[in-house]
Amino acid sequence: MPAPHRRIIRRLAGGMALLAGTGLLPACASPNPQSTLSPEGSHAAIIFDLYIPIFWAAVLVFVVVEAVLLYSVWRYRQRPGQEGELPAQVHGNTRLEIAWTVAPAIVVAIIAIMTFRTQAILASFPTDALNVRVIGHQWWWEFQYPDLGITTANELHVPVGRPVKLTLESADVIHSFWIPRLAGKTDTIPGLTNQLWFRADRPGIYRGQCAEFCGMQHALMGLRVIVNTQSDFDAWVRAQRQPATIPTTGAAARGAQLFLDRSDTAPKCWSCHTIAGTDAQGKVGPDLTHVGSRTTIVAGLLENTPENLAKWIHNPQAIKKGALMPNLGLSEQQAADLAAFLSSLR
Amino acid sequence: MATTVITREAGVLRLPVRETGWLSWLTTVNHKRIGILYLTTSLIFFLVGGILALLIRLQLAVPNNTFLAPDVYNQVFTMHALIMIFLALMPAAVGFANFVVPIMIGAHDMAFPRLNALSYWVYLLGGILFEMSFLPLFGAPDAGWFAYAPLTQNQYSHSAGMNFYVIGLNVLGIASIAGAINFIVTILKLRAPGMSLTRMPLFAWMTLVVSFLIVFAFPSFTIATVLLFFDRYVGTNFFNPAGGGNPLLWQHLFWFFGHPEVYILILPAMGIVSEVLPTFARKPIFGYTFVAYSGVAIGFLGFTVWAHHMFATGLGPVANASFAATSMLIAVPTGVKIFNWIGTLWGGRLRMTTAMLFAIGFIAMFIIGGISGVSLASPPIDLQQTDTYYVVAHIHYVLFGGTVFGLMAGAYYWFPKITGRLMSERLGKWHFWTQFIGFNLTFFPMHYLGIEGMPRRIYTYAPGLGFDEWNLVASIGAFIMGAGVLLFIVNLLWSLRNGPPAGNDPWDGATLEWSVPSPPPEHNFEATPIVYSRRPYWDMKYPEVAHEHGVPAGAPFMLHESGHTLHLPGPTYYPFIVAVGIFLLAWGLVLQVAWPLIIAGLAVGAIGMLGWVQQMAAD
Repeated sequence: MPAPHRRIIRRLAGGMALLAGTGLLPACASPNPQSTLSPEGSHAAIIFDLYIPIFWAAVLVFVVVEAVLLYSVWRYRQRPGQEGELPAQVHGNTRLEIAWTVAPAIVVAIIAIMTFRTQAILASFPTDALNVRVIGHQWWWEFQYPDLGITTANELHVPVGRPVKLTLESADVIHSFWIPRLAGKTDTIPGLTNQLWFRADRPGIYRGQCAEFCGMQHALMGLRVIVNTQSDFDAWVRAQRQPATIPTTGAAARGAQLFLDRSDTAPKCWSCHTIAGTDAQGKVGPDLTHVGSRTTIVAGLLENTPENLAKWIHNPQAIKKGALMPNLGLSEQQAADLAAFLSSLR
Repeated sequence: MATTVITREAGVLRLPVRETGWLSWLTTVNHKRIGILYLTTSLIFFLVGGILALLIRLQLAVPNNTFLAPDVYNQVFTMHALIMIFLALMPAAVGFANFVVPIMIGAHDMAFPRLNALSYWVYLLGGILFEMSFLPLFGAPDAGWFAYAPLTQNQYSHSAGMNFYVIGLNVLGIASIAGAINFIVTILKLRAPGMSLTRMPLFAWMTLVVSFLIVFAFPSFTIATVLLFFDRYVGTNFFNPAGGGNPLLWQHLFWFFGHPEVYILILPAMGIVSEVLPTFARKPIFGYTFVAYSGVAIGFLGFTVWAHHMFATGLGPVANASFAATSMLIAVPTGVKIFNWIGTLWGGRLRMTTAMLFAIGFIAMFIIGGISGVSLASPPIDLQQTDTYYVVAHIHYVLFGGTVFGLMAGAYYWFPKITGRLMSERLGKWHFWTQFIGFNLTFFPMHYLGIEGMPRRIYTYAPGLGFDEWNLVASIGAFIMGAGVLLFIVNLLWSLRNGPPAGNDPWDGATLEWSVPSPPPEHNFEATPIVYSRRPYWDMKYPEVAHEHGVPAGAPFMLHESGHTLHLPGPTYYPFIVAVGIFLLAWGLVLQVAWPLIIAGLAVGAIGMLGWVQQMAAD
């Protein structure tokens, strides 16, 4: 669809938001981060283009039927003096009844045809897509780029304008991958593999979150899609493909030592997490090779700062009750050292 | 009331003899008393479910709220749905059907009065078992009412909560299926002379359709929960992917039941509205045949649409398109009903009683729920809207704006018949308007929240996502709605003592329940009525209408049987005893497993059944 056309549709969507009741709110300059009414990617935009005409059809049906209902209530309410009057005993009208059986059938038939067309568009996967394997975990997201040899978590980097083909799996229970402004949701189901494609049209950060109830922290299973220009994306890929650089001085070095310590009294971070280039190869939690380069931690919950990292490492259960990362009984100093180490992994 | 002494003894226990007092309620097999028990119990469960809803709205009123911990929240929203569906709305409809349908069709009682009592006691004790999961000792179900595998496997579910789900819902299923069979037989076999199916009141029609839906839909759920029982108790892998099981199998089995269940909840309300509208419009229902058969069509189509709950699971475009088509098709019979209801109002003399307001409110709200359903039936749109607050809005427009409004219409309509007193119209109107405003304030913004990307079943949300304001509005609305429900309770209690006497026929009704005293005598009719049209009582009251209906002049309206006396079973303890046995057995199973309870349950159940059979033989 040509761009001006879409802009008009967006404006209509603004009208729709108004109808939905937002007229009472101050006009927002920027759309809500998870609004399906502000698509910036082709999968979401294709759905949006189907939604708008169906929405207006729904508004029309709503207004007409409710108006007739209210009119008939107003028009035929019993007025003083009419008590006990018997109106004409009409039992029905076959022609009318056939008419209003056929009319909704025609409306839904049109909606069905439009739906099937859109389904066909969504079902045709683009070629030359960037392949990403998405694995849902309680309660975080793992992203693997099989062709690039990159594994990361909770932040999906993609280049602008290039289709992305996602292969969706789950490590435990059912989750649903959803970034409303880029694509409709698709479930990640253990034992099955689903596929989804989208193409981001504009650089930016798009927020999403798990949409299928998946246990205690379903609410805090967020993710971000970071859409970059091709050159920025290439730079990110180069950085991610490097093994981790282990710091040798200061708090970060102490943290690294603690992280990799294999003695009995150590927190054994390595048993759950991978840091490429070291012998930390655990697969339970997120890959931390370049954790310092991410914008957020804890599935989008906290800004990625050394302070937040230290807080999280010191007492994850206070921040995200039920998370699989246990309280490790670390001192605040140890947590700060580990945070310094992880922040250095850029 | 006098106490009748029955000297005859039968079975293991002496037959109960009292007609008043709590013992008489425990032993009753009368359909009207059982109906009252159902209605009262379901109202109490409705209040419990409503309190849970208010807890949800308190937690979500502001972002990053810590009023409820995540594990508690997940139990609360799961139990809210389960209680409202299985313990409040379904049984409330059963309560009205129990009280009204036999009288409407000119019967003296249900076909199987003792089975009817069993249904009620199993429902009550099953409901109590379910509520026991709130005791801190156990932990309530916390995986949603849909309980998607593999979240329900032992590996991911650490409390006894899902045991309560598996066992408790099967116990309630016994009550539902037994009740459904009872209604089917009653409606098909006990109609008064002349009452062909095409003359049957629409509430009885919808009760019949719903009973068939229960009989055909529940087995799928039973299978699903029994398989889950094996997974949890014996370590099988039906739904466990790690052991080669398929978690999608659960979803198919669950929704094959779950979608018809929605119609099980809405069709009785449609039936009530189809009684209330003609009465207060003083006209017959417009297009009776279309209204009745569209209910049947909805029932049939309800079994063909289950996978529209699964569009995001990756079934593929062909399956999705097929289920989209069937789902959209349901809009046709639904639309037909709405148009016919409006046609019923058109040209009438509408008396705007509280019952009528709720019936009109039902239509107005159900239109919204129906329309949002069409957009959800379109798979691409569904991919954006499913599992968001848009769906929460949709189901509540159907199940609250629809079912609850319909049930409220029924309450105001039949309360005078049940109690002999009218409810306060003044309080009733306050009740209607607070509930109507509160309801729309709560649920209309949720459409917008869903479209703006708020997922369902989240215990909290971050500020800055555009969710804050409308969640607060929704929470305020919920408390207004709660105030409306309180007004209803006040009205019930006040009217029970102080309501003006209703007489037989306060609304100038057309169906047979208005031809008998309020409350009706024990066996409803002195003599069996004879039916000539769809409005049998109007035929008796208005000769000109009778003439129009083609009732022959001088035709008798009552069948005076000679010599043949009515034989109905007397009060009995056994249904209650059997229900207690089932309760103990279920409790023992929930505790995975407590053998003393199981053995006690089997023993009590066996004693109850033995006595039951002996008593039947003695009859």
